[in-house]
Amino acid sequence: MNVGLFIPCYVDQFYPNVGIATLRLLESLDVKVIFPMEQTCCGQPMANSGFQRLSAGCDKNFIQNFADCDVVVGPSGSCVLHLKEHLHSSEQPEEAARLRGNVYELCEFLTDVLKVDALPKARFPHRVGLHTSCHGQRGLGLSSMSELVAPKFSKPEHLLRLVDGLDLVPLTHPDECCGFGGTFCVFEEALSSKMGKDRVNDHLRHGAEVITGGDMSCLMQLEGVLRRQKSSVRVMHIAEILTSGN
Amino acid sequence: MNTASPKHAKNAEAFLRDEENTDWHNETLWFVRSKRDRAAQSLPEWEELREQASQIKAHALSKLDDYLIQLEENARKNGIIVHWAANADEHNQIVLDIMRKHKATKIVKSKSMLTEECHLNPFLIKQGIEVIDTDLGERIIQLRNEPPSHIVMPAIHLKKKHIGDLFHLHLGTDAGADDPQYLTEAARIHLRQKFLLADLAITGVNFAIAETGGFVVCTNEGNADLGAHLAKVHIACMGIEKVIPKAEHLGVFLRLLARSATGQAVTTYSSHFRKPAPGQEMHLVLVDNGRTRQLASPDFRNSLKCIRCGACMNTCPVYRRSGGHSYHTAVAGPIGSILAPNIDMKEYADLPFASTLCGSCTNVCPVKIDIHQQLYKWRQVLGEAGVVEPAKKVGMSGMDVLFSRPWLYRFAGRAGRWLMQTFPTLANKASLNPWAIHRDMPKPPEQSFRDWYAQQNKKTNG
Repeated sequence: MNVGLFIPCYVDQFYPNVGIATLRLLESLDVKVIFPMEQTCCGQPMANSGFQRLSAGCDKNFIQNFADCDVVVGPSGSCVLHLKEHLHSSEQPEEAARLRGNVYELCEFLTDVLKVDALPKARFPHRVGLHTSCHGQRGLGLSSMSELVAPKFSKPEHLLRLVDGLDLVPLTHPDECCGFGGTFCVFEEALSSKMGKDRVNDHLRHGAEVITGGDMSCLMQLEGVLRRQKSSVRVMHIAEILTSGN
Repeated sequence: MNTASPKHAKNAEAFLRDEENTDWHNETLWFVRSKRDRAAQSLPEWEELREQASQIKAHALSKLDDYLIQLEENARKNGIIVHWAANADEHNQIVLDIMRKHKATKIVKSKSMLTEECHLNPFLIKQGIEVIDTDLGERIIQLRNEPPSHIVMPAIHLKKKHIGDLFHLHLGTDAGADDPQYLTEAARIHLRQKFLLADLAITGVNFAIAETGGFVVCTNEGNADLGAHLAKVHIACMGIEKVIPKAEHLGVFLRLLARSATGQAVTTYSSHFRKPAPGQEMHLVLVDNGRTRQLASPDFRNSLKCIRCGACMNTCPVYRRSGGHSYHTAVAGPIGSILAPNIDMKEYADLPFASTLCGSCTNVCPVKIDIHQQLYKWRQVLGEAGVVEPAKKVGMSGMDVLFSRPWLYRFAGRAGRWLMQTFPTLANKASLNPWAIHRDMPKPPEQSFRDWYAQQNKKTNG
């Protein structure tokens, strides 16, 4: 299986450690990974702002980069969801459709494709709060949703429970939105900040030392609030925690 | 340029200035959402019910013309006078004409979001007619001269102290009194007089049944019944999407409606009206006001399934923290943000953006409207139509240029990180970067992932 590593633009630029952890995690599970060097952005910022038509360049670039890959794996539920729902090409419609069906969020790939049920080296003796990102949860179905009458499950939680010493804290609102929302965080700044603050407080109230999740964009929002509060609580992408003992 | 101002963002910012009040509003609505969860979880067949309701509505919408004609025929057979209104003005005129015919000057009205949508109250008041909203919450906001902030709990934004002061001013209750029992009693006495003196009663319609020609009105206070039974004339006003094919479908909707709205098993009063009582007159006004336009659009047709339970508002993290008035439309919240641009695209262009597209609204919707996906689609329509803020348009065109060119993206990334490292205060300057008003920017790393990866490969291969 030829696995292409998709590192979203903001992870590439601001959180290279998340990319490194993702790569190492996959390699530690004997997955051969290639990183196409000319990839940029999934196109979601434009599409969510009402300019899906302006993401054609991104789509074309993405398809060119990942054409040789059987599957694509990325450490971001939000970007992966965008690709799954909206990757489009009028020139290569079949290739776009093939990639739409073969792009995975990291946790989804680990649990559903690799069926990981042990991470012998992983050790992280801290109290951890899991921020469940909306696009991963409700869009990709990575975990059950509090609104639905359905059995409870969580793919990220399943993985975190494989980590030695990790203490997962319960939250009052397990699946409330963090308020990032792409350009929402700028155009609705006051609301977005308040949502971020409330989200952080839920984790702090339950004694989290680290907030983790599958989307660095949500975590960047929470980190922004924590840093402003000069809090010692850190954010870490789930890939960083899953590789913590390596 | 023909662009809308971001009213929602400004209104939300104003609402958020009183953080304590925002927290209270948020928690109050979350309490209702939690009640809804308990009610839903108590029915193992909940998801099945939602699916059934969704399919019944989809079917009814697919043959809307047939069912409306059937409804009209059967209602007429029952002795109901049926009217058709293409828009809000026609609706208001029909109501006025009926009033004139009966020389009526006093109306009692039970909560109807349709009459809010049509701005019936100001229209009738201008004609010298007294219109009294009889739902307690509606009466409260009417006395405050405000629109409802929620479709089911219209005065949810007010605390009992506000209501105590308001009633002291208008109903002569004791100054400073805020005991709900006492205030409700005062409202009851006040409203009873209005009921007794009314010439005519207006109610909304929750469900109209094509098969029987009857309709159902759901309230928790019995105000619709009292109004309709005491007055000589009853006018029921409904959007054309409220029709369902058969009486047997009612059970599905009545079970879902109250549980989704307030967590109750059923509304206190689900009143079935079929024909006028002897000596009385009953009218049914069927209103389009943009609904056929919405029906004609495959992307937005689903929104017409809405049964107005308000669950999407209670769950919406944006609504809970910005209040219903921030949406500047009769129906607030996620569903309102789909319906409003259909009525006036420019005026309400900001509303589909007043969402993080988290999807919780879609999950709570008892008739399975893909609310957040329709908000996404509205954004595309508004982007195409050129009615979004100029800053957004410019920014997105810039991103297109940047992300379509890997070399430029690499260069800009390097330059951006260098800029942030060299001038860290600049990046966190609130006047230049709205993000930095309440949050700090991430610390820029020395190297991007891509640079690290290239270096590793060089090490391995070199």
